[in-house]
Amino acid sequence: MFKKRLFSGLGAITASSTALAEDAQRWGVNMTEGVTDVSREIYGLHMDIFWWCVGIGVVVFGVMFYSMFKHRRSVRKESATFHENTLLEIIWTVIPVIILVIMAIPATTTLERIYDTADADIDIQVTGYQWKWRYEYMGEDLSFFSNLRTSQDEITGRSQKGEHYLLEVDEPLVVPTGQKIRFIINAADVIHAWWVPALAVKKDAIPGYNNEAWTTINEPGIYRGQCAELCGRDHGFMPIVVHAMEPADYERWLADKREEAAVLRELMAQTFTFEELMTRGEGVYQRMCVACHGANGEGGVGKAIAGSPVATGDINAHLDLLVNGVNGTAMQAFGEQLNDLDMAAVLTYTRTAFGNNMGDSLQAVDVYQFKAAQ
Amino acid sequence: MGEHHGPAKGLTRWLYTTNHKDIGSMYLWFSFAMFLLGGVFALVIRAELFEPGLQLVDPGFFNQMTTMHGLVMVFGAVMPAFVGLANWLIPMMIGAPDMALPRMNNWSFWILPFAFALMVSTLFMDGGGPNFGWTFYAPLSTEYAPPSVTFFIFAVHIMGASSIMGAINVIATILNMRAPGMTLMKMPLFVWTWLITAYLLIAVMPVLAGVVTMMLFDIHFGTSFFDAAGGGDPVLFQHVFWFFGHPEVYIMILPAFGIASAIIPTFARKPLFGYASMVYATASIAILSFIVWAHHMFTVGIPLAGELFFMYATMLIAVPTGVKVFNWVTTMFRGSITFETPMLFSIAFVILFTIGGLSGLMLAIAPADFQYHDTYFVVAHFHYVLVPGAIFSIFAAVYYWLPKWSGHYVNETLGKTHFWLSFVGLNITFFPMHFVGLAGMPRRIPDYALQFADFNMISTVGAFIFGFSQVFFLFVVVKTIRDGKKADAQVWEGAEGLEWTVESPAPYHTFSTPPKV
Repeated sequence: MFKKRLFSGLGAITASSTALAEDAQRWGVNMTEGVTDVSREIYGLHMDIFWWCVGIGVVVFGVMFYSMFKHRRSVRKESATFHENTLLEIIWTVIPVIILVIMAIPATTTLERIYDTADADIDIQVTGYQWKWRYEYMGEDLSFFSNLRTSQDEITGRSQKGEHYLLEVDEPLVVPTGQKIRFIINAADVIHAWWVPALAVKKDAIPGYNNEAWTTINEPGIYRGQCAELCGRDHGFMPIVVHAMEPADYERWLADKREEAAVLRELMAQTFTFEELMTRGEGVYQRMCVACHGANGEGGVGKAIAGSPVATGDINAHLDLLVNGVNGTAMQAFGEQLNDLDMAAVLTYTRTAFGNNMGDSLQAVDVYQFKAAQ
Repeated sequence: MGEHHGPAKGLTRWLYTTNHKDIGSMYLWFSFAMFLLGGVFALVIRAELFEPGLQLVDPGFFNQMTTMHGLVMVFGAVMPAFVGLANWLIPMMIGAPDMALPRMNNWSFWILPFAFALMVSTLFMDGGGPNFGWTFYAPLSTEYAPPSVTFFIFAVHIMGASSIMGAINVIATILNMRAPGMTLMKMPLFVWTWLITAYLLIAVMPVLAGVVTMMLFDIHFGTSFFDAAGGGDPVLFQHVFWFFGHPEVYIMILPAFGIASAIIPTFARKPLFGYASMVYATASIAILSFIVWAHHMFTVGIPLAGELFFMYATMLIAVPTGVKVFNWVTTMFRGSITFETPMLFSIAFVILFTIGGLSGLMLAIAPADFQYHDTYFVVAHFHYVLVPGAIFSIFAAVYYWLPKWSGHYVNETLGKTHFWLSFVGLNITFFPMHFVGLAGMPRRIPDYALQFADFNMISTVGAFIFGFSQVFFLFVVVKTIRDGKKADAQVWEGAEGLEWTVESPAPYHTFSTPPKV
């Protein structure tokens, strides 16, 4: 079984070598230069130290290979007997020190720049959760979660993997170009690390800490990254996508978001029919629940919903479970991640779908009151 | 010098033995078994990473594999192997009849199999084994850990006790039992490097014991050392862990320096260049290792002044390390070199360890580390330091001293075959990791984006080559012990040191009366 895999793999290597010219990114061997001044500086430091290392390697290995060829026994019967040379030893202590000083100076300057988080135009709070990111635009009353969008079918090989496999989210972080953005980074559970290579920002998200980082993006574009600190089972599945726009586009996006929020606020106050809640709930289920609970509520990583005692039991206990999660399991507290309307909708949906046939429902205001009473 | 009596017969010989040679052999066999076990874990990881997507294992189990691979290799393979070498060689090199504390020696070995049985058994427990990486950062390893973490903590305690006892024994032996005339500055470098390593062990293993005990209290007794919600600090865990962890890195490499410093002069037929500077460089590295720990934590948000301090201190390590490499190269220069198996492993050690050292220098540059940190570039770096560093030096030592231990020469063709298979396998495995790391692949992930696919496939192929060539190594060793050609006392013509003055195989008791140095 493995052998077969191995050979198909070797085949793939040969096949992909031919495609080398077409797709340089696949065989990427170096750090990205990135799209910020800082990322370029870091790239410069990286290349400088790299070439110093190459130089040192050439000298050291040069002498070594010279000795191996010229001073091998078949060429040279008698060995020399020297075993000390103070001058030589001083030289090869001093030269590395000089090289280190030469490297330390620009590294210090860059580090000072990276640490200068003052005078930001926009503050964004970034919070790591197992296993998603939350972005809050401070002073904007705007926040949302950013989840992996790649489907389970792609991951398990039941369908073709897309171009941005594992590096795509349902809702990217949107920021303007040319403005200094400060990230205030923390975590809700374990330690995560927020990393976008093109911005050269990597900062640990630590519960109880507000770490700061900043970036000013020069070019509009979509930049992808990943969590860089082991944070549990799905550490490999919490990507970061940053969508940098021209300031005008960003303002338009922000206006749309405000509009959306206003619409949502209005919706929250309304009373929905059972059918409306079912339709909305199905959408929420597909987005938030299906990965663990299955397309037909049959369960998987999570428990089965079809016929479950929770979904067919007391409606308030069911709501409590959705809002607060189940400690020590993969069932998270969704109270902060879903708005009250979506919560009511998905609750209604799961109580009636999958053959549960409870036929009862809650409204957004019920969820609001439940949360307020906690 | 007379042989009083031979070993006891049967299993009790091994259970009750206080003989440094028996205990050394047991350490070495145990570490080899752990090396194969840790290797199996590594191959599970590499098999899953052969191509994108989840094929073989669940991500949770994948995390258990990365954790166990690291723990088993560090605490089960590399460290016991060096202790085994110390047991066999230090008394023979300094002209002592045995280790200073032989009963403790027995004890420090025999608790190890229990520690590892305990640790590996967690894989079969409810909730699985440790899944938080070998660095076990809190709160992932406390509040969010599987229940088996308690067993992991006890296992670490036992391993730590074993290491501390081993270290005490090494120091007591070297300081008290040298033959007359064997002054400190006449000791072989392997003895010197182990003396310094032993001090590092005594300094930091209690710190490890402390940090796991704090975890134990957080988990079971309601304290909040590492829980922010209770007034604790998750970053404190990392400071304490790396205060142990960085010296630990040198614990795994300093004895390797000693081995290379013994083997290279033998096959270059020229005395080691700069003996005194080797000793001072080793001591400098050891001292520096206590003030660089936070370079593992450049991204946690330590203040700028701290970041700069740890960057400068880390860069400084390049100086004494460079001295060592230059000394080895100069030892070879104008020698009369032959390339027997131990020499091949030693030369590969110098070259590939230097590559690992140079990528370490790159990692020391804090701003650049923001891009390297927790990527496969780091994985490539420390595997270059540990595999062709620590592991190759152990191979070199085995090939070099096995004739002395077993009384049989190693078949050079077999040894060289093992060398070339390992050399090629490890470079295919680990070199591409530099590339995927720089291109942005984080470490400790079971699945990855498509642009990393090709190099990962190559790494996996290399890993299987490397893995299976270690089974071949087992064959070579067993064949040598069973039917290798009879070895002389002076196994290698250029070798110097007291161990070559006793016959091969070394008698069960050596230097019962001290030799003249």
